[in-house]
Amino acid sequence: MFDNLSDRLEKIFKDLRGHGKLSEANIHEAMREVRMALLEADVNFKVVKDFVASVSERAIGQEVLQSLSPGQQVIKIVHEELIDLLGGVTEPLNLQGSPAVIMMVGLQGSGKTTTSGKLARMLKKQGRKVYLVPADVYRPAAIEQLNVLGKGIDVPVHPSQSDQDPVTICQNAVVAARAHHYDTLLVDTAGRLHVDELLMGELANIRAAVNPTEILFVADAMTGQDAVTVADKFNQDLAITGVVLTKIEGDARGGAALSIKKVTKRPIKFVGTGESLDAIDVFHPDRLASRILGMGDILTLIEKAEEVVDKKKADKLVKKIHKNLFTLDDFLDQIRQIKKMGSLEQIMGMIPGLNKMKQLRNMPKPDDRELVKIEAVILSMTLKERSKHRMINASRRKRIAKGSGTTVQDVNKVIKSYSEMLKMMKKMKGRGKIGGGFAHGRKKRKRPKGLFR
Amino acid sequence: MVDAAVIPIPEEIEKPEPIRHQDVGSFFSRLQKRLSKSRGSLVKRVDELFLGKKVIDQELLDDLEEILITADLGISTTQELVDHASDKVARKELSNPSALKKVLREKITEYLLSSDQPAELVMPESGPFIIMVVGVNGVGKTTTIGKMARKFVRSGQSVALVAADTFRAAAIEQLQIWGEKIGVEVISRKFGTDPSSVVFDALAVARNFDVVIIDTAGRLHTKVNLMEELKKIKRVAGKKLEGAPHEVLLVLDATTGQNGISQARLFNEAVGVTGLALTKLDGTAKGGIVVNVCREFNIPIRFIGIGEQMDDLRDFDPNEFAEALFADDNDEDGER
Repeated sequence: MFDNLSDRLEKIFKDLRGHGKLSEANIHEAMREVRMALLEADVNFKVVKDFVASVSERAIGQEVLQSLSPGQQVIKIVHEELIDLLGGVTEPLNLQGSPAVIMMVGLQGSGKTTTSGKLARMLKKQGRKVYLVPADVYRPAAIEQLNVLGKGIDVPVHPSQSDQDPVTICQNAVVAARAHHYDTLLVDTAGRLHVDELLMGELANIRAAVNPTEILFVADAMTGQDAVTVADKFNQDLAITGVVLTKIEGDARGGAALSIKKVTKRPIKFVGTGESLDAIDVFHPDRLASRILGMGDILTLIEKAEEVVDKKKADKLVKKIHKNLFTLDDFLDQIRQIKKMGSLEQIMGMIPGLNKMKQLRNMPKPDDRELVKIEAVILSMTLKERSKHRMINASRRKRIAKGSGTTVQDVNKVIKSYSEMLKMMKKMKGRGKIGGGFAHGRKKRKRPKGLFR
Repeated sequence: MVDAAVIPIPEEIEKPEPIRHQDVGSFFSRLQKRLSKSRGSLVKRVDELFLGKKVIDQELLDDLEEILITADLGISTTQELVDHASDKVARKELSNPSALKKVLREKITEYLLSSDQPAELVMPESGPFIIMVVGVNGVGKTTTIGKMARKFVRSGQSVALVAADTFRAAAIEQLQIWGEKIGVEVISRKFGTDPSSVVFDALAVARNFDVVIIDTAGRLHTKVNLMEELKKIKRVAGKKLEGAPHEVLLVLDATTGQNGISQARLFNEAVGVTGLALTKLDGTAKGGIVVNVCREFNIPIRFIGIGEQMDDLRDFDPNEFAEALFADDNDEDGER
């Protein structure tokens, strides 16, 4: 596969160091690489052409900043330009009207129904009274799918039947919503091809019947060059108000987003990041820009960590580590924090370069169920055991295994990873303070492997 | 919520006929319409590009590059093709633009046929033919299975479908409705059951059928644990029935871009893909990504999906496909 764009640009500019201006010649060469990177990321051919032209214009003649290498400078310009293109004003969902109607449209298999479920859950959490309206009468069991999703998040679903006309369904749903005082309607329409005039006409009829404040175009992040044609047609026929980019947790670079944004000029409002119903995020142009250029998504990770990690708790933990008081209870706390940040796979995916390392890719990813197990094991210990893990002998291990529904091996594993963490912490603290804890000034002897667990 | 019980929901305001299932014409007339559409537009685009000029110049090669890239062929394959063409021009083997088109088409067809396996499905000599269908979310696995089952039924085989997508909401019901439509048995267990166990149970009765098609849950190829689950399904199938699954069919969406390569690679590494199905070719997407997939992994394309109806599944024809890559649908949009 291709190298990261920044590596490639570094190569081009390795002769041009420090000061000097970005000249037409070396910009030209750099732009070839940028073009390749964008095309590899599925940005539409024409969009790339315009983009490269405007970036070169901006770049030529710029002074190379002292702090940056020329390659970095170009990346910076490209990155900023991408953010400009992807971003602009991100307005929140327009939820005026009683009820406010949101309509989901898109190709087959782009993820409309799942996204409807996710949005319903999100809006419900914001205190809206949401009503899900399945208007996909064509795909077998599509209505059933929304019913199941609705039940899972406790949001009422309109009783559509697959022999009804979608326009009628939607009209009925609005009346029903008024009667039941639902304030937000989410209409899940059937997936359709943009060239299917009959079905595109149906969407226009639905729109005329329910007068939505939001028409969200749902697009798969893996879409290729055709994204432009599709988005353009949907926008022309329906005047979409926003875009939802789905399946972004895969390894697609998501260049389609740039194409869609460019032709529709509509903001990308959300991204879908997984199959579970809480896997929806607000769109961040800077992150997608990094991703299109193949630079990872470290910002999301930092933000998630900030969201989850409690500052006070963290300070307390540092003190505990210093006093050698890091117990199994604290260990449990740590694990819970990791769990809150999302699945381990998601976390790993956000770290630049980590996905590309071969050994990591082939290694089975840590299973989230593993974390649940660890939690169960620790919770099955007595408080005393949690603060003094070395008292946990064989018979206690047996009891813990039984209590947590795991095996003695699982218990051993937990205790082992805990004690390894203890060891690591001691190392981090440095030699000077080792004497403080249980060793009491005695010279620390190295224990044979396996004994200490 | 208090007055929920008091105010009845109006049952119907008006009830026009659902518009979709009108008379769609016979199978053949539909097919013909679709084909003539792509042929007509093909001629137009090629006329513009190849016949409008007398010599092959840089501009023409640039246009060519654009056509190939917008068909999702990807930058490296495109460059290879363009280089191949300009080499021939430089060596004076090629001088007129229409010969250029022929050369390119041949080269693409060659890529598509690079697989050493036969393009048709090979049934085992005895016992049921087990097909396992895999792919990322939303590519059209279940629909393709329905259409495939219909094909087998039409050729007089008895078919069973196995609902091993026990994860997505209503996936089992979706397959059951297809089963009813075509009149084939659907073997299913409860929602949330381990998919391998569904397959295990299904293969126990597989001998009663000629063809058994397993529907698996859509999964992104980067989810290692889900890919492990897929490996397990395959392993279990093989244990229960020697040689099963005989075919592992990867379904690719024609609208997919360069990520298709990554999909094919990881699915192939996990379960050894033996055939491809390319769906949603009835839109404007050209599905050029399969050229790369065929070339890199030597996997034959079995079917293409050209619509939502039961009979909209066709055998793959590399020549026709290579032709269609050069077609221009944008002109058609203008006409509508």
